[in-house]
Amino acid sequence: MLSRTLAVAALAMVATAGAAQARDQIRIVGSSTVYPFSTAVAEQFGKGGKFKTPVVESTGTGGGMRLFCSGVGETFPDITNASRRITTSELEACAKNGVTGITEVMIGYDGIVAINAKGGPKFVLTRDQMYKATAKDIPVGGKLVPNPYKSWSDIDPSLPKEPILVYGPAPNHGTRDAYVELVLDPACEKQPEIKALDKDAKKKACQAVREDGAWVEVSENYTVIQQKITANPAALGVITFSYIDQNADKIQAATMDGVTASFETIASGKYPVSRPLFFYVKKQHAGMVPGIKEYLAEFTAEKTWGKEGYLVDKGLIAAPDAQRKEQAANAKNLGDLKM
Amino acid sequence: MTDMARTNTAARTAQSVSARLGRRYAAERTFRLLGLGALLISLGFLVILLSSIFAKGWTGFIQTQVALEITFDTQVIDPEGSRDPAALDTADYAALVRSALSLRLAPEADRGARRELTALISTGAANQLRHMLAAEPDLMGTTHTVWLTASDKLDMVIKGQVPRQVGAEGNTLSDRQLGWVSALETGGNIRKAFNTTFFTAGDSREPEQAGIWGAVVGSFFSLAVTLLVSFPLGVATAVYLEEFAPTNRWTNLIEVNINNLAAVPSVVFGLLGLAVFLNLFHMPRSAPLVGGLVLALICLPTIIIAGRAALKAVPPSIRQAAAGLGASRLQVVVHHVLPLSMPGMLTGTILGMARALGETAPLLMIGMVAFIVDIPKGPLDPAAVLPVQVYLWAGSSERAFVEKTSAAIIVLLLFLVAMNMVAIMLRKKFERRW
Repeated sequence: MLSRTLAVAALAMVATAGAAQARDQIRIVGSSTVYPFSTAVAEQFGKGGKFKTPVVESTGTGGGMRLFCSGVGETFPDITNASRRITTSELEACAKNGVTGITEVMIGYDGIVAINAKGGPKFVLTRDQMYKATAKDIPVGGKLVPNPYKSWSDIDPSLPKEPILVYGPAPNHGTRDAYVELVLDPACEKQPEIKALDKDAKKKACQAVREDGAWVEVSENYTVIQQKITANPAALGVITFSYIDQNADKIQAATMDGVTASFETIASGKYPVSRPLFFYVKKQHAGMVPGIKEYLAEFTAEKTWGKEGYLVDKGLIAAPDAQRKEQAANAKNLGDLKM
Repeated sequence: MTDMARTNTAARTAQSVSARLGRRYAAERTFRLLGLGALLISLGFLVILLSSIFAKGWTGFIQTQVALEITFDTQVIDPEGSRDPAALDTADYAALVRSALSLRLAPEADRGARRELTALISTGAANQLRHMLAAEPDLMGTTHTVWLTASDKLDMVIKGQVPRQVGAEGNTLSDRQLGWVSALETGGNIRKAFNTTFFTAGDSREPEQAGIWGAVVGSFFSLAVTLLVSFPLGVATAVYLEEFAPTNRWTNLIEVNINNLAAVPSVVFGLLGLAVFLNLFHMPRSAPLVGGLVLALICLPTIIIAGRAALKAVPPSIRQAAAGLGASRLQVVVHHVLPLSMPGMLTGTILGMARALGETAPLLMIGMVAFIVDIPKGPLDPAAVLPVQVYLWAGSSERAFVEKTSAAIIVLLLFLVAMNMVAIMLRKKFERRW
């Protein structure tokens, strides 16, 4: 008898859930690099008391785009965070599923840094050296060969006599895409042997990372990378800048092309490996889910993303004043994405 | 001759037996030692695991607080003197904290110094003052010593989890801030208190304001759905298969499949949940209802297998006696067999639920691994569950989340221990020997 009532109750619950009810809460997916910023804004927004706190999922930039572009309606997310720009193929997927109105907001900058444990050797690196240490094939004596370098001092005698071991984000991370685009590609294209190749061969030669154990992919999160490099002070980790600010007592950043990563050098563009961060808003949802415009207003307020805003405390590098102004106006008007 | 041969054989047997006896005893001793060794090694790992979690996590239950002389300045909170609750709600309480800090530590602070000062106190302090004033309107215009929650960075310094030598490299607080901290300490204005926020709040980006209550409630709703769905289904399946179903190729096939399902990795159930519950039935993402349904699928094989074992343990004589007195098959099952096997079934169910409590992987697919601040009010509201909270905090960069992660693990372990204890008690209490 009892179990029958329970079964009926369970069935009733399932049935009521099937009839979808209007969503009154913003849903955000996307990049794990933007996640700390997005959640901080969501929390502040929720504390305002007028709207429910948005739900933020950290799915990685690519995963977020897939969810975001899979359709219009309350089962699909309203906003996706990205640590790189949306690609044309993602835009096409969006359009195919009816997601036609998209607003792009550039929120600020992030630097990609090579770190190792405090107490380990201090690394003074260039992008060329990083490329030679981590690319799969490199040109030696006029032709591409599988990367022969075993230790840092093989690349340049000034570097430590330590085996090359770099922990980096897995391909589902936007940080990995940025590492390829900002470190491997530019250094690779400077090699005379690569310059001679055609575009496809260039891409193939430049974007592959080593698979012989010198580059280790970590798919979980930055904390895992930090633990690995703390265990082995000679190993390097490739990580987002916002992370080192919080853990300055345990890790140190290598200089890149002679520049130390800091708020100033990244914002001014002096630090070579920095990239913009974005989020994308589904315009069709703006009238459907309450609070989207207000969330954008909270995110683009000076107290949030300004030079002294609370996102800076979380490690975001604020965009220049003019750019912030332009982006805030664009967010307010829900301007269309221009590729 | 034959006698001789017999004695000879007997003597030889006795000889070889006694020779072998020593080896047999030795073999038994080695075997016992190996067993004991295995036990000790696994116990050792358990002790290392638990002690590292407790050593890291117990400080998570404690929170640093700072005493400040807060003046509930009418000019700041309610310049028009209207005492309108809406106006009081939106007033700038953070300004009260800022002026109290600069009055106590650095009366002539410039803009940069004021920023560093504010960084010592949690951004939740403003909320704390708002609630105080709402509860006691008479505080308006008076000055009181209030213990405010410290920021996570100050908390880490006070707990000694980050270095605090003035002038050293890699400090999380500046030298000026460390000087203020020392001043507050010598004035007796810093104390460590029990962290109630941890047990009452939902998730937060600020470690000192983060709590597990949201995850506990989410786990409760998920497990409630799991129990409501999997227990009746599991018991009904077990009773039918054990008591009514004929033994043929089909029931054998079903049995093999149930046993296989029990070994399927849980993430596969998550994919199933995504495809069926979310994409087909359009249920809400991140809802404990969907989480509970997925977890119910994971528990179901365990409950069925345990239920069948419990039914098998009821001796056939009970069934025969009941049937002999004229009971129908339904009456035999409902009046006699089921009540007698219930303790075993409940034990199986609780063990299945304990497994469900610890699952994260299947919930990833249905969007329950997410930052959710609001405490869920029902099984349709977005919610996280306890292991998800552990996973999310473990990936956060703020140092104070390290201890929070371990503290959340401790809470999760306590729930698991409690559930397993209940299972053992039920078994002891209702167990019957035939």
